[in-house]
Parts: sequence; structure tokens; C-alpha cells
Amino acid sequence: MSDLPLSLRHVVKRFPGTPPVTAVAGIDLDVTHGEILGLLGPNGAGKSTTIGIITTRVRPTEGAVTVFGVDAVADPATVKGTLGVVQQANTLDRRLTLWENLYYHCRYFGLGRGAARRRSDELLDRFRLADRRDALPPQISGGMAQRLQIARAVAHDPALLLLDEPTAGLDPQSRIALWELVTELRADGMTVLVSTHYMEEADALCDRVAIIDHGRILVVDTPDALKRDHGDGVVIDVGLTAPADAAVRAAVADVPGVRVVDDLPATGHDGTTQAGLRLSAASTEGTVGTLVAAVTPHATLRDLRVHETTLESVFIALTGRDLRE
Amino acid sequence: MSDRPAPTTPGVLPVLHGLALRDLRVLRRDWAEFLTRTLMQPLLFIFVFAFVFPRIGQTVGAGVAGDAGFATVLVPGLVAIAVLFQGITAIALPLSTELGDTREIEDRVMAPVHVNVVAVEKVLFAATQAIVAGLVVLPILLLVPDTPVRLGAGDPLLALLVIPGAALLSGAIGLALGVTVAPRQIGLMFSVVILPLTFLGAVYYPWAALDAIPWLRTLVLVNPLVYVSEGLRAVLTPDVPTMSPWVIVTVLYGYTGVLLAYALRGFARRTLS
Repeated sequence: MSDLPLSLRHVVKRFPGTPPVTAVAGIDLDVTHGEILGLLGPNGAGKSTTIGIITTRVRPTEGAVTVFGVDAVADPATVKGTLGVVQQANTLDRRLTLWENLYYHCRYFGLGRGAARRRSDELLDRFRLADRRDALPPQISGGMAQRLQIARAVAHDPALLLLDEPTAGLDPQSRIALWELVTELRADGMTVLVSTHYMEEADALCDRVAIIDHGRILVVDTPDALKRDHGDGVVIDVGLTAPADAAVRAAVADVPGVRVVDDLPATGHDGTTQAGLRLSAASTEGTVGTLVAAVTPHATLRDLRVHETTLESVFIALTGRDLRE
Repeated sequence: MSDRPAPTTPGVLPVLHGLALRDLRVLRRDWAEFLTRTLMQPLLFIFVFAFVFPRIGQTVGAGVAGDAGFATVLVPGLVAIAVLFQGITAIALPLSTELGDTREIEDRVMAPVHVNVVAVEKVLFAATQAIVAGLVVLPILLLVPDTPVRLGAGDPLLALLVIPGAALLSGAIGLALGVTVAPRQIGLMFSVVILPLTFLGAVYYPWAALDAIPWLRTLVLVNPLVYVSEGLRAVLTPDVPTMSPWVIVTVLYGYTGVLLAYALRGFARRTLS
């Protein structure tokens, strides 16, 4: 049996219903000591369900989950004792002050009165919340609430910290401040699993990234290796005034070094409707001009966008879709 | 942080203690609300029926009370309401919110124990609150009436069984309602559940007095408050006739067991998937 911080083997979760929904479709994942592993995927990819399974709150339909060698299904109490969890929603206790949120959390984990007091004081200082210690959760900003949620999650000194979309809805400054906090916690020896649909977050924060889509992990590696192996070259979106027909496709496919990935999603990032093709290419050098010349006889070109190599282009290369769809 | 010992599982009792401390903190913050919701209804009832009515010559309850007097019949019934109400409101109202929109229960669900422990703590804490509510209400009920209240001392063993049984039953009802009722249905819960329980709970008359309406006498047997009222009557006013004390005790604990089993399943359904 492995004593890794976290090990998932063939984990499946089907929610009953008509039709049943398979949220997690067979995941294998190992998280090693002291790393920050990112679970990167679009909304609905199965990230929250996976985290729910690790926290023992979602029972897997199939497969095995062990946390430091302890079976999460058979012995949830012990597993919960080693986990720190930050849920996607603000779940702070609204009836308790910020300090009390930490203090009583420590008591739930069996810390004595003195130890819980000291720990709560220390954490409020460390997470820069000391001046609001007597405020109630509804009275503080979103960034502060999220810092408090992380402080609370680590208050009992868990060996594995789970963060479910920790920066969703935060402003850019709060987001960067949170990355710094998480990096500090890792430096203290904590292992971290963080889910996110922000590729910048995965890139900046994580030692390794697991790309997840439709309940499956497509690939796990360091951000650099992912970009090197899967994102080599660029993604080119060719915007047309009408959906691409067979003639356009054939013409584009004939351009050397270009591969047609998919049709453009009908709705773009900014919510406008669009049509055209998504291509991958080794580089833009010599390609763009040829491409324009190839398309022009068959269709009206509206625009042409080039995505440099990022985790997002890795995701596009792997799935043919982008993260925000 | 690395100089602190690795986390260990503390066991059930320290966690239960921590959960109860949290509830106690919240209760201390809301003590005025606790007193108000405990006292208001019994106080108004006893005032109108056992103070105002005798003074204005309005007679009520003369037939049912026999020699004991209406106030004597009313006092255990109103203590029963205080106990039952307290148990229900102490859990059902906050839990409905915590399980609903705010998901505040999450942090406690992640405590290193089986989730049932979190639910059982709620019941134990509510039961304690229910006993406190009964103790607060009783002396005040004795002060208000214009007619004498003849308290007696029932069987002490019966008291030791009835009082915790009534308190646990009220907590179990609270948990069952809390896991079932959505926050926006709380108002409806009062009309559909709480009011019928109160008015048909052998509060204002002993259950035996329903001999005159046999169908109702049978129907109200499903009402848990009947056993709380009758039980407290057997303990506080042994001169007033009640149903068999051992039937009362058996049903109090049996009802508690059934409701708890239902409520724990519901709690797990709401917190796990």
C-alpha cells in the first residue's frame, strides 16, 4: 500500500438520474510529498467531484482512494484528520467571528483550549487578518474571506491541503496574494492539490499539472514539460463569416505544417457568435501568409488569432476545445 | 509549522466537545433570543387562561381539570411546549440554513469523525437546551396563575426517564425537520407541523379527558407532544390522571429512536453524495 499523500486508482463517480451522469470517468493520480499539483480543466470537467471524493464527502462508484495509505471510503474519520479543505463556496461560520472561526475549527480537531487560542492568534497574524479578528464573515471582503478559509483549513496542520477553485471570483491582486500564501505553505512541508480553470494559475503555482476533461485525466506533468510536449507550436483560430465548408477544409489541410483541430466554438470568449476553424501549427513563420492565400478563394476571412504556447494551447491541442467554453 | 507534531485523529469525545463549545458560544451570543422564544408563548398562555380568565369570570377547562384546577392541568402542558419548541427551534431553524444556501455545516462535516457524530451533537445540545427551557419556564408558570397550582412529586425514577426522554425526542424532531425542510419552507413548517402538534398535544387538557371524543383521542396518539405533556404531568402533577407512565416512557424513547434513524439518514444524504 502506498503512503503517498494521495493516490487515486481507477476512480469513477456516476450520479444516479435519468440519464445517469458520469462526473469522474476513471481517474488515476498520485500526488507526491511536498508538491503543489494542479487539477486544470473547464467547469464541469469533474474537478469538484474528484476533490469531493478525496474529502470523503462523495463516495466513488468504483476505484480506490488512499490518503497517506489510509482508505478514504473505509476510514473517512482518519482521512479527514489529515486533510485541510477549502471549498469553492464561502462556507465560513457566519455566527462566529473571524478569530472564533479558527478557534472552534481547532477544537473540532481536538486541540486543547490553550493550543487552539495560540494557533488562532498566530494564523490571524500570518494571514493578515488580525485587525478584523472580531468581525463576522459577512462584514469582510471576498479576498479576506478566502484567506480566512485557507487559514481555517490549515489550522489543524493538515499534511494535505485541498483547494477547490480557491481564486474563483477574486480580483487579480488577491489572486496573486493567495498564490504566495499557498507557496509558503508548501515551503512549510504541506502537500497541496488545487483545482482551477485558470491556466495562468496552474502555470504560476503548480509543480505539476493534471489536465482533466470529461472526468478523465489526459496528461500529468510539469507545466514546462506539458508546453514542450503538447503545446509545441501555436494554435491558430481562423475566423470566417460562415461555417467552413469542405473546400475550405481541404485547402487549409493542404497548407504544410498545419493540422485542422476542430471547428471554432460557436460562441467566443466575449460571448459573440463566430465561425471558422481551429488549427495547430509548428510555428507562425511562413504559415500565416500561405494560410490566408489558401482560404481566400473559398471563404471570406474575418480574423485570424494566434495563441502562443501556454497551458491553454496545451489544453486546446489535447481536447480541441478551450478552457472557458 | 513543520515543528508541530503530525495531526492525529483525536477520537469522538474531543470532537463532540469542540462542536458543543461552538454551539454554546452561539447560544451565549443569542441568549436574549433564547429566552424570548422560550418564554413568550407559555407566558402569554398562562397569563390569559390562568390569570385573566378567572378574574373576568370566564371559565375554561372546568370540566377537564376536576379537583386539580385548570392551572394545574396547564402548567405541565406548557412546560412540555417549552421543551418541545426549544428542541425543535434549536436545531431545525439553524440547520436548515447551514445545510442550504450557506453550506456552513461543511467545516464541521470535515471534522475527523463520522458525520453522524455532528448530527448527534446537535441533538444532544438541543436536548440540553430543552431541559434548560423547561427549568426556566416552570417557576414563572407557577407565579402567574390566579388560581392555585397543585404540584406534587411523582416517582423520581419516572422523572429520570421522562425528562431526558422528552428532551431527546424534541431534539430528534428538530433534526428530522432540519434535514427535511428547506429554509424558505420554515414558515410553512410552523403552520403545518408545529401548530397542530401544539393544539392537539394534550397541553390544555389531560389525554384521558378526550374520552368524550374517541376518534380524536385515538388520532392524537401519533402526536409526540402528547407523551411529553402526559409524561410531565405524571412527574409534576401526579394527582391528575394520565395514561400509563410506562407507555409514556416507551413511546418517548421509541419515537426518539425512529426519528433519529430517519434524521441521521437524511443528514448523511444532505452532506454526502
